[in-house]
Amino acid sequence: MRCDDASAMWDQARRALEICNACQFCDGYCALFGALKARRDLSLVDLAFLSNLCHNCRACHHACQYAPPHAFQLNLPRSLSRVRHGTYQDHAWPRPLGRLFQKNERFVLAVTLIAVAACLALGMLWVPREALLGVGAEPKAFYRVVPWGVIAGSAGVTAGWSLLAIGMAVRSYWRSLGPVPGGARWLPALRDALRDAVTLRNLGGGAGCSDRDERLSRARRRFHHAMAYGVAACFAATAVATVFDHALGWAAPYPLLSAPVLLGTLGGVGILVGTAGLAWLKRGADPEPLAPELAGADLALLAQLFLVSASGLALLAVRETAAMGPLLLVHLGSVLGFFATLPYGKFLHGPFRVAALLRAALERHAADR
Amino acid sequence: MRRCDVVVVGGGAAALCAAIAARRSGASVLLLESAPKDLRGGNARHSRNFRIMHDGPTPFIQGRYDADDYRSDLRRVTGGRMDETVADRLIGDSAGIVGWLEENGVRFQDAGDGNLPFSRKTAFFLGGGKSLVNALYATAGRLGVEVRYDSEVRRLEPGDGWAPSVTVRCQGGEQVLCAGAVVAASGGFQANRDWLRECWGAVADQIVTRGTPHATGTVLKGLLDLGAAPVGDAGYGHMVAVDARSPRFDGGIVTRLDGLAQGIVVDRDGCRFADEGSDIGPTRFSVWGDRIARCPGGVAFSIFDSAIERRFRPSIFPTIRAGSVGDLAVALGIAPEALERTVSAYNAAIRTSGGNTEGLDPPKSRVAAPIAVPPFGAYPVRAGLTSTHLGVRVDERARVLDRDGIPLDGIFAAGVIMAPNVIGRGYLAGIAMTIGAVFGRIAGREAAAHALR
Ligand SMILES: Cc1cc2nc3c(=O)[nH]c(=O)nc-3n(C[C@H](O)[C@H](O)[C@H](O)COP(=O)(O)OP(=O)(O)OC[C@H]3O[C@@H](n4cnc5c(N)ncnc54)[C@H](O)[C@@H]3O)c2cc1C
Ligand code: SF4
Ligand code: SF4
Repeated sequence: MRCDDASAMWDQARRALEICNACQFCDGYCALFGALKARRDLSLVDLAFLSNLCHNCRACHHACQYAPPHAFQLNLPRSLSRVRHGTYQDHAWPRPLGRLFQKNERFVLAVTLIAVAACLALGMLWVPREALLGVGAEPKAFYRVVPWGVIAGSAGVTAGWSLLAIGMAVRSYWRSLGPVPGGARWLPALRDALRDAVTLRNLGGGAGCSDRDERLSRARRRFHHAMAYGVAACFAATAVATVFDHALGWAAPYPLLSAPVLLGTLGGVGILVGTAGLAWLKRGADPEPLAPELAGADLALLAQLFLVSASGLALLAVRETAAMGPLLLVHLGSVLGFFATLPYGKFLHGPFRVAALLRAALERHAADR
Repeated sequence: MRRCDVVVVGGGAAALCAAIAARRSGASVLLLESAPKDLRGGNARHSRNFRIMHDGPTPFIQGRYDADDYRSDLRRVTGGRMDETVADRLIGDSAGIVGWLEENGVRFQDAGDGNLPFSRKTAFFLGGGKSLVNALYATAGRLGVEVRYDSEVRRLEPGDGWAPSVTVRCQGGEQVLCAGAVVAASGGFQANRDWLRECWGAVADQIVTRGTPHATGTVLKGLLDLGAAPVGDAGYGHMVAVDARSPRFDGGIVTRLDGLAQGIVVDRDGCRFADEGSDIGPTRFSVWGDRIARCPGGVAFSIFDSAIERRFRPSIFPTIRAGSVGDLAVALGIAPEALERTVSAYNAAIRTSGGNTEGLDPPKSRVAAPIAVPPFGAYPVRAGLTSTHLGVRVDERARVLDRDGIPLDGIFAAGVIMAPNVIGRGYLAGIAMTIGAVFGRIAGREAAAHALR
């Protein structure tokens, strides 16, 4: 981002928030307004903090008496999404990779496609034809296509790197917010923040979101839940499978009614429904409160998750046919691509938001005393 | 020929409640809003909460505020200038209006959500008045109310004995529409400079209108010309102190200035003219409207230093700052010696023990602190007009009455256009929206019954 663009972006967000602070009509919608109320002069740090308390539900935009065509031209969700995206970029680890947040969808999709293509190519080069296209329901069929060590190693290394990078980014973001308010009580704050994050309380807790237009609905929250809990179930499936395989010595593929398959299927379906639903809501949404240049990054993450889950479910469906081998490669590639891009895409929204919610809860619990 | 059963003139809270109530009573309804769709909703768009009678806590309102309490608040601020029958209907019906609005899609903010101040007398709209307006338009549309934007009503005719008519100007030119009944819910005339100038003189040009530019009072004037009895006072309005840099219209809630009581307030000659400490509670905004409207040029300046500045919410417009009082005066266009004289006289008169002044005219009776720590700061201030205080007389069924107390056939009124029946003087926070919603609903039902009789 060019320097003057960046300062225009900050100025616009600051101006919007100053007006909101004088107004506070929307303080029933989300946690941002309470945190804003406690502030007087807004620094860049405040903007970075507040922007991650917004999850772009747009309710405040449709309720805003100062939205265009009003002379104030206030568009809080749009201004905040730009600042928020800027925080991902500023705290990316290693720092130079922050550049990947510009035209982020190109990077994310390119990495995913390359990962899928590379897996397919390597598989075709190295895996013997009868193993790749052989029919295999018997134990260890997956590992005859790609050895367990390769699957676990590649996924482990990529995920490990990504976790490290995400951790470093969140640490950098957290530190940039300055010292934790004195006297804040951590336990109740952690409880609040986790509750808010897990239940998506702010995402239309009572009232719903303005998903498409000024009417409030709960659709976005439901689809987001399906997606997020879908991802969680898939991770759980992988974890259980690892225990089965290593601790108990039962090799994949597992029967349809086993825990890993059930969890994975449920999670996969959740992701499919959630991502498709969110993308569908986006298509029909009123574009006004959105930042058009950021839509790609959101859609890229949804597309990635959709691909991971669709290939996983397909693999389950065809695992007793000759298509199993190639599909396994596609699935592995898409998972690797997903892991590799986690710290450099919209996924950062999750941990950054939790950090901001925790910070807001700490402030509240410090103020209570 | 009858175009529809009920025509509702206006597009704010009163109009929407009337349209929905009439439609729910079985009438076909046409709502004519002079604003374009993006700026629909009149002043209701800028409102936040409304005053509700209730006998015990509900999810949206705390404590208890019973009818006697409500009535005595009204008597106190109006000094008795109110129609008791109409006021009693308002108070009685206010109890059920929250539920009715909820049924029609309006959301209220949870009173215990930790964000709202404790409020025993008012319930808050979740997201403020614009979300209320959006919800009511959505409901009206769903129920089959026909809504026309950019449609200003220019004239009202009593009709030929069975149907009043309205003349509308919209994009396609003027059009005469006949209806079984008409509800006038078009607000005051606070956006009509010519009319304001007639009643208020030259200061009208210095005033900022806080709400919609469409409150021209055309229909109010039309009704008075038809013989409706006036209530209230054309030379009076609800005003607060706003930053002089506010837009001419629709600045809404955010332009009002919080800190006038903390520093001193001077006119363009650099002289103080009022006790800044007289009101530090909720009335601190409204006492200044009148005071500033009377200043030469209709403008004043709030003056403070950097220590005092921390004590109030800043304006949304930048503070004008200078290193010395003289330089500040120059930046404000005030003669430097005059402001320096005022500030030093004020500083010298402060009693350190009491937080007030001694031997100063006018005195500062509270929160008097010296203006001494540079940089010094200032905001220019003007009077911001919320709404005017002239209306048409109605009975408790929202029927518009002539000077003999006889209803004008088929003509009803709701909202600010009839508010002075209830609140002939002064103001009670949150009562305007209650009048709009309660009498909107009454007018809608009565108009439907009249049209379908
Ligand atoms: C900044 C601000 C804050 C406020 N806060 C509160 C609050 O918190 N609580 C409260 O109770 N009150 C508040 N009020 C007052 C309250 O908003 C109004 O009193 C209330 O909205 C009046 O409702 P109404 O429907 O009678 O008139 P308005 O809301 O003024 O609506 C009049 C409507 O009629 C339309 N119209 C006018 N002339 C014509 C015509 N000739 N033809 C067709 N249409 C026409 C206008 O476009 C408008 O839509 C506030 C007002 C302002 C300005
Ligand atoms: S978004 Fe608009 S209505 Fe909501 S608090 Fe901000 S300025 Fe007020
Ligand atoms: S868009 Fe939603 S989450 Fe963001 S500030 Fe507005 S109300 Fe809060």
